Parts: sequence; C-alpha cells; structure tokens
Amino acid sequence: MALESKIPAGPIQDKWTNHKFNLKLVSPANKRKYDIIVVGTGLAGSSAAASLAELGYNVIVLTFHDSPRRAHSIAAQGGINAAKNYPNDGDSIYRLFYDTLKGGDYRAREANVYRLAEVSNNIIDQCVAQGVPFAREYGGLLDNRSFGGAQLSRTFYARGQTGQQLLLGAYSALSRQVGLGRVKLYTRREMLGLVVIDGMARGVVARNLVTGELERFAGHAVVLATGGYSRVFYLSTNAMNCNATAIWRAHKKGAFFGNPCFTQIHPTSLPLHHEQQSKLTLMSESLRNDGRVWVPKQKGDKRHPNDIPEDERDYYLERMYPSYGNLTPRDIASRAAKRMCDEGYGVGETGQAVYLDFSDAIKRLGKKVIEERYGNLFQMYEMITGDNPYEVPMKIYPAPHYTMGGLWVDYNLMSTIPGLFVIGEANFSDHGANRLGASALMQGLADGYFILPYTIGDYLASHKFIPVKTDHEEFIKEENAQKDLIKRLISINGKRTVDDLHRELGKIMWDYVGMSRNAEGLTKAIQMIGDLREEFWRNVKVPGNDADLNQTLERAGRVADFMELGELMARDALHRNESCGGHFREEYQTEDGEAKRDDENFAYVAAWEFKALGEWVLHKEPLVFEYVKPSTRSYK
Amino acid sequence: MSSKKLNLTLKVWRQPGPNAKGEFKTYYAKNISSDASFLEMLDIVNEELEAKGEEPIAYEHDCREGICGTCGMVINGRPHGPLQGITTCQLHMRHFKDGDVIYIEPFRARAFPVIKDLIVDRSAFDKIIQAGGFISVNTGSAPEANSIPVKKENADLAMDAAACIGCGACVAACPNASAMLFVSAKVSHLALLPQGLPEREIRVQRMVAKMDELGFGNCSNIGACEAECPKEIKITNIARLNREFYRAKFLSNVEE
Repeated sequence: MALESKIPAGPIQDKWTNHKFNLKLVSPANKRKYDIIVVGTGLAGSSAAASLAELGYNVIVLTFHDSPRRAHSIAAQGGINAAKNYPNDGDSIYRLFYDTLKGGDYRAREANVYRLAEVSNNIIDQCVAQGVPFAREYGGLLDNRSFGGAQLSRTFYARGQTGQQLLLGAYSALSRQVGLGRVKLYTRREMLGLVVIDGMARGVVARNLVTGELERFAGHAVVLATGGYSRVFYLSTNAMNCNATAIWRAHKKGAFFGNPCFTQIHPTSLPLHHEQQSKLTLMSESLRNDGRVWVPKQKGDKRHPNDIPEDERDYYLERMYPSYGNLTPRDIASRAAKRMCDEGYGVGETGQAVYLDFSDAIKRLGKKVIEERYGNLFQMYEMITGDNPYEVPMKIYPAPHYTMGGLWVDYNLMSTIPGLFVIGEANFSDHGANRLGASALMQGLADGYFILPYTIGDYLASHKFIPVKTDHEEFIKEENAQKDLIKRLISINGKRTVDDLHRELGKIMWDYVGMSRNAEGLTKAIQMIGDLREEFWRNVKVPGNDADLNQTLERAGRVADFMELGELMARDALHRNESCGGHFREEYQTEDGEAKRDDENFAYVAAWEFKALGEWVLHKEPLVFEYVKPSTRSYK
Repeated sequence: MSSKKLNLTLKVWRQPGPNAKGEFKTYYAKNISSDASFLEMLDIVNEELEAKGEEPIAYEHDCREGICGTCGMVINGRPHGPLQGITTCQLHMRHFKDGDVIYIEPFRARAFPVIKDLIVDRSAFDKIIQAGGFISVNTGSAPEANSIPVKKENADLAMDAAACIGCGACVAACPNASAMLFVSAKVSHLALLPQGLPEREIRVQRMVAKMDELGFGNCSNIGACEAECPKEIKITNIARLNREFYRAKFLSNVEE
C-alpha cells in the first residue's frame, strides 16, 4: 500500500484555500443522515464534536471520563500561539510556519504546518467569542508573552491555566450541542475496539466503565481524539488515565503509526523526589520568560543556592545559546539539563535537577508582577515540594510530556483506514521531531474547529455507504474479541500488580528509549520489552470481576497496549540512524553535542504497518521542502 | 525538606454499588514517605490490596495537578482535606503525623449519588452547563478578537470565576448540598464579559431552573462552599448570581 499524503498542489499560501474549494460538500439537508463517532473530549475532540454538530451532523461522543471537561488538555498551562502580530514585533503566518517547521527539526510536512499557522488567528477569534478570559492589557486588548523557539511574543494565555480555559470553551460549545440534542454524549465509556466493514471504519466497541458491559456504536466515520502516549514511560506529566488504547487498537486494525519514536521530554518538570511517586508535575515553559536556568560552576556544590555567589553560577543556556538564552526549544533545553547533570553539576539530593531562578525577575519587576504572571504555578510548586520559589530557586528536571508521533494521517487528517480520522495529539501530523511550546493547544483546536469539519464532509460526500447496524457480524466479532481479552486478563491471577509491571516498562523506556538513545541500548530494550510482555501475560494479577466498575482491569488493558507500543517506539528509534529534535541518537551528534540530522537518508515520515506482534513493515513518506530549506538548527 | 516515614490508620468508606449498603473499613498505610501525596498513599494501600487479590478502594483521580477536578473525597470531615485552596491530589502527607487516624468518605449530596466506594456521579454539573452555561457562537462566526475590548478589571474577575474546576467540593461542603457556588461561578464568568451579554437573562434563568430540578438545595449564606473551594472561588459570585437572577426576572421577555 502506497502512502498518499494528498497534499494539494499550488503555492503554499493557496493550498488550503484551493483544497477547501475542491472538497466535496454535503448539503445541509443531507448532513443529518450521517452519524459521526468522536472518541475523546479534549481540545481536539470537543471542538470537533461541537463544530460537526453545529453543521448538522449527528454526533456521538465517547469519553472515559465522568465529564468531558476532565480531559488532559485541561492541564496545559502556558498558552496558545497565533500569528496575530498584536505586539507589532514582526510576526506573520509565514514566520509562525517557519518557526514551527524549524522547531520540529524539519521532520513535518510543510503544507500541514503552513495550514496550522494559517488558521491560528481564527482560533483566537473563536475562543474570545466563546468567552475565554485571556489575559488583557489595561486598554482592554489581548496580551501576549513569549515561548521557547520564538524570538517574539505570540502566545495568548489565561494566567497559568490556558488549557483549562480553552477546554472549558470547547466544552461549553459541546455542552450547548448536547443540550440541543445534536450530540449524544456517553461518559465513562472506554473505546476498546474499532469496527471495520468493507475496509471502512464504521464503528467502535466500548466498555461501560460503571457496569462493565460492552457497547456497540455504529456510524459513517470515526474520529479518534484520544491524546498522546507519554504514559508508556510510567512517570510522565500526563494524567494518570492517559493511554494509547484507542489508537493502538486502531493501529492493529490497519492504521499506520507515524514516527512513534518522536517523543518530547519537557525541560521544566519537577524532579523525582521520592520513590513512591506516581507522576511528574510540569512547571509551565512560560516560566522561562522570567526564570533563569543555572547550575553551580563547581561540581557537586552542596551549598544552599542562595549562598552561591553570582560569579560561581553557570547560566548555561544563556552561555551556550546566547540569542535564545533561556527560551531555547524544549528538546535543546532538556538535553542541556541532562548533560549538566550527567557531568556532575546537578543539584538537589539526587543530583538530577537544575535551578530555575526568579530572583532577578523579582528584583526587576517586583514580587507582585511575578505573582500575577505565575502565582498559581508557584503555589503548585510549594504545595508539592514544600519550598517557596519566591525565596529559593525552583529545582527542575526534564520529564516525558508529549508525543509528536501518532497515527499517520493524510492532509485530510484521515488515517490509512478510510473513514478513520485522527486529530490532536493522537495523530503524528504537525510537530515533526519536536513540538514548540504553546503549539499543542493550537493544533488540537485547529484540527477540531477548522480542518476536520471540512475534510470529513469530502469523505462522506464521495463514498457510498451500505447501511450498517450494530448487529452486523463485524460488531459481534469485535465485541467477542474484546470479551476474550478481558476474560484473559482477569483469569491470569498471577503474582504481580499492574502498576508494578508498568513501572518496570517505564524504566526500560526511560533508560533506553528516553532522552538519549543508542543502537545497543535500543536492541536491548526490544528484547527486554518482549520478555516483560510475556511476564505480563503470565503473571499479572487483576482482582475483581469484569461486570463491575473495575479500575485495575481498566489499567491492565492500557498497560498491555503500552507493552506493545513500547517495542514499536524502540524499533522506530533504532531504525532512524540520525538525531533530530527529541530523537537523540548518541552515535549521531556534532562535536559540541548537538543533534546531527541526516536529510539525505531520513527526510521522511516513518509509517509503520502492523503485521503481527514483533513484526512491522516500514513505509516511507518522503518530506519535500519547497519553501524552507532544511538547515542545521541553530539557536546560538 | 527532609522526608520522614509515616504509619497511618485509615477508616475508608466502602460501598460496592449505588444501592448497596456502605460501611467504614479499616486499613493500615505503612511506611509512607512524608513527601508522598495523599493519593500516592492511597495507591500504595491499593497496590497492597491488589497483591493480596482484594479489590482496591475505588476512587477517581486523573491530572494530579489540581486542575481537572476529577478527584475529591471528604478527609476527616472536610472536602479535599484539611488544607485550604487545594484539591485532594495536591494534599501531601507532610501535613499528617505518624500514627494519625484518617477518615475518608465520598462527597455526599442527593444530586451526587455514590457509584462505588469514593466515586460519585457528578453529571448533574454537566447538565446545568448544558442548560445554558455557554455563549451561543458557532465555529467560524467569531469577529476579530481585538474588536471586543474588555476592561482588564472585568477580565480578571471573569477569570477568577472561570477558574472553577467543577469538582463538587462546594456541594459536598454545604449543609443544604447547594450548587450555588458552582452555578454562580459560570454565570459570573459570562455575565462579566461583553460576549456574554446577549444571553445574560436567559442563561441565568435556565441554569438556576436546571439546578433546582436536579435536586440541589438552596443557599442559606453559610459560606462553607467558599471555605472549601480548592480554587477559592468567592461567595460574592453568589451575590452576583442572585442579582443576575432577579434582574433577569424583571427585564426578561422570555418565559422560563
């Protein structure tokens, strides 16, 4: 099967406009004849479901949460990018496109990234109209701040809770459609299987998490908006229930997986501080606007940070990357922190931390301004660590945060299974090998509000659909397969808990498929993951039964999928003999330790086709750069 | 901060299902790091139960950063525990002493029926939002963002109210199990912004009517909601809700 990216012809600034004109339309009277299933209610899912219902489609929404508002988009702190150029600092759609493409280390499609930048301004308009309370200036107009990888201010924000406010905006639009009866909302439902009939995605099987029953949902198209897979590392900044089950099960039904090894390790997370820790907490990148990152110049310096004089501190980001300073992109900032700690300059009890210091900013701007900008983040920090960041520098360390990889989609956001669309973090599309800060919210809402509602209509209008009800044999087959899997998980009755096995997987992933990777470690990891998977299916213990609310069973199914996905990540990382963005292969680096890309051999999207466990076929989608010639990414 | 090890006795509400009888059961949490969060402490107890083949304590949680609103339980009689301005997941064990006995119960309210153990059904909150907690604007029809200036003061007040995470602690804290703080936060957020004005009257009437229909109690100005709100949403929002409600009743042409 050949990959067709369906990138429209023509100059980059006209591609999307022309494409929209060429897309087939479903007439208003016919839209109500189509049922669309949306799985997930984060920014991408909620915005898509609301927009599709507004257009007149019948929309069925599934979420495993008790309410759509709980989705993990809610935890995004810092902001959302747009090319409004309100600060008059020289921004444009082209510059946002350029920064995002370069930030992704030239491993994303030009056409997708340009479209993302193009619709960014509409997103801000839409959110403001919904009542999203963005930060404002005294004149009543919108305020902006800076984020990593940009030399200007284009980030809109709502205190340190931008994701929350954007999600509540999308949730309110979704709720309005639920109230109007145009969206049927099913909460506490977890999608377990995709139903494919005559080669087209026609429904899903989901588990009712309260009763344990398996339920079938039929439709003309399925949209997955189920987020990323950083929880494969066990410790990550993702919420505890984030998982890859929906995309992974779809992958095993024929949807190719794009660039699974492109994962983002965020530089400003709280360091691991006790052995019973369940997750890592992010401190927004926006803190790097005013915070300065440093370590002591002397190795193993155990003095209190406030006792270390200015000339004995190494502000290493400012030293190594003077033109971007503390606002270098995430991959670079994370690797620099790791390097400093590996060389013995790390601080704190474990030596696995660096300082993020606000004392200069507090001196310059006053405590009140800092409190206004980051008050809730500082409070969160103190709550967790017991330290007051107004007085003592924060300690931070990189943590798994976001996955650029995901199901492969074409320009229409459709996967290799016709009728299966994938939006938001769940797809691989726009961020290449590294995502810039404040771009995830932008992509989720771009896909949901302004791209999918157009492209899905073209699919519906240009295909014939046989009538399918939930008693179709494929539904029965899929439900039985899921039933068997659940029975199997419960019947093992082994000796190890789900979390225990998940922790072990996470350690393998972090040690060998984490911030830096090498062929030897990756080869070892593939073996270890395979062994652990066998151990899982032989020795996991899931108490309780399946006809009930059973949280252990929920986790067991998700971890079983991570055990397979982890292997694919390692295989992808092993095959990509270059370093780019968040994928750092130790064998491929420059003399000063920067990522060394190989455009001649690896300027492609790796799309993996599932054949059997441990057996994947690699398909390559070449990346063509007509507008921005890939160069060595320099933030110096 | 140096970390200590704690041994605790937990009295946890166990209830197998919505119609089953519940009771407190005793568990022991041993060797818990004072740096651990309250939910990490529960995870440890649960993992021990799982290892023994017993059903773990069912409780809800997700982001563990105090923003998703999923977690929530009554700890020693107080929603989200003894500290102010935080959610259950932000509570850390350094606030407890070695040897403490801790009572853990679900949020209790007529409109929040127990599903299992510490998990309650809060979908009533979604129904209130579905009734009117939004601005009716279709995708694509928005004007240019800066064509709607908003006084910074109002934008800040709107943001204060919009910070609500929908956890339900206000309802659990209120002796009347009233949802007034939750409803007032959304009504205030949207009434303070020019974008919210076209639906100002109809919104408040629909949300209040839905709130009453779902079995939430009335507000009698006790203030427990404000005291327990993890986002410190102010009770002055309830005053604004009342003003908005009466204003709407006087001014509205719409029969609700």
